[in-house]
Amino acid sequence: MKRRTFVKGSMASVALAVAAGAGLLHPRRVMAASWPEAALSADNVDAALQAAFGTTEMTDSDDVTIKAPLQAENGAVVPIQVTTTLDADTIAVISEKNPVPMVSMLNAGDGVGGVYSVRIKMGETSPVHCVVRSGDKLFRKTQEIKVTVGGCGG
Amino acid sequence: MATKMKIKTGSTGGYDVLVLAKHPMETGNRKDEKTGELVPAHFIQTMVFSVNGAEVAQANLSQGVSANPLVGINIQTAKAGDTVSVNWTDNKGESDSVEGKVA
Repeated sequence: MKRRTFVKGSMASVALAVAAGAGLLHPRRVMAASWPEAALSADNVDAALQAAFGTTEMTDSDDVTIKAPLQAENGAVVPIQVTTTLDADTIAVISEKNPVPMVSMLNAGDGVGGVYSVRIKMGETSPVHCVVRSGDKLFRKTQEIKVTVGGCGG
Repeated sequence: MATKMKIKTGSTGGYDVLVLAKHPMETGNRKDEKTGELVPAHFIQTMVFSVNGAEVAQANLSQGVSANPLVGINIQTAKAGDTVSVNWTDNKGESDSVEGKVA
């Protein structure tokens, strides 16, 4: 229960969230970091981005590609594959309408970061953003995924 | 909790590492059908990938990742004979690891 209290506290405190984001995410020095709680508990996209990257500014880019179904029959398992030709140190998968939009983040060291695949849950039809950080800039690719049967809450 | 790993030649060079962890990935929002009580959150938080003992990547997961997560990355620097290991930890402190050699 203590942990839950801490989660609520950290969500309320933007200052803490920013501090955690800044402290955890020095480029290429992300290994063995603790779980980025603020980013992966935030209940909206902007707060999650702020916590993870310290900014919400990003450019839409074709150097990031998403391989995912246009329509998911089962929202409990939606396979997402992000590929990028950029030199990425972080790849984030965000499902905008999920209760916790930031679904997963990959912190990549040298020689990793071109590909990230993960299967996510989606409660309803939503745009899925894949955000790649490369050279301190954020690049985004978005795909709308239609969900016919939701996967959150059972 | 079984964890499996597959290593194959990557289409963009290097090797693709795919990890399948057997885990319920409870969100904490689901109700038990019989008791009507919320099932507590239980999900994998971090998955650390290492090559020959040196960490190369860390996947951070939330409760939004599907049950029995399948996570894949590409490691450009891996060579034949290297040992790849993956270690995950969930929010209850449970963990498991898997190790394999690049063929």
